[in-house]
Amino acid sequence: MADHRLKPITPLGHDVPHSVTLGPVTITEVVDTALASLAARMGEGKAVADIADAAGIPLPPPGKAAKAATYATFWLSPDMWMVEAPFATHEDIVAILKPHFGETASITEQTDAWARFDVTGADLPAMFERLCNFDLRAHGPGSATRTVIEHLGCYVVIRAEGHLSVIGPRSSAASVFHALETAARSAF
Amino acid sequence: MIINHPLLGPRDAQEFTYLGDAALIDRPDALSFPSTEAALDAFHDYLYLRDNPAGEHRELWFHEQGDRSWLVVTRNTVTHEITKVELARDVARAKGRSK
Repeated sequence: MADHRLKPITPLGHDVPHSVTLGPVTITEVVDTALASLAARMGEGKAVADIADAAGIPLPPPGKAAKAATYATFWLSPDMWMVEAPFATHEDIVAILKPHFGETASITEQTDAWARFDVTGADLPAMFERLCNFDLRAHGPGSATRTVIEHLGCYVVIRAEGHLSVIGPRSSAASVFHALETAARSAF
Repeated sequence: MIINHPLLGPRDAQEFTYLGDAALIDRPDALSFPSTEAALDAFHDYLYLRDNPAGEHRELWFHEQGDRSWLVVTRNTVTHEITKVELARDVARAKGRSK
């Protein structure tokens, strides 16, 4: 194998994750998460639920996210979830998940398709009501949805009170980050 | 306009795209007709003929900026009142379709 001296960069093109604090809000790139989508094949819903349960992968209901010891997940669509795992131990996440599920589910690596920005601070609803249709005042921790931010389809996952993740298309990471910054400046 | 998604609750119509008459679910099975002409007739009707009611209309909507599910929305085309929203896959399966 050729000796490539390639240097990994973050979605925003930096050496280390970028972070900015605007008033009470901090927006941080998060690059330590591996992602894979997990879709139960037709008629395998029960089998997938049992396997996931044994493997420590929570499968939350529509509009929800869940977290276990190693894996965190959020609901994507009927019979489909996004699985998050620590990048350091699960870089090849499909190879780790596939032996569990075999032919019952279709698993696709998503890690480098997405850029994740964690937003922390008080009064996030004031910022996100400027950004998207997702009503943070009506949804608490453990909620997750896909919505439109800056004309881009993004997932919003509420991790805890005052902490949420925006997961947007990596190729448009700068646009998502710009939208978040602009909304934070506008709100605070 | 708000569409009351059966799984996700009320969502803005901005997140959806519109396809058309829900009769599109009833695609004819070409092999079930006695002759090619009969099948062609059925496909002609399926492809080109639509009712255009002023009133209640069953139509297909796609939650493109959401969970990507197809919905059958019963909407009054005069008042825009939405009386029923179902997952299209449930509607299709209720008609004996397997996929």
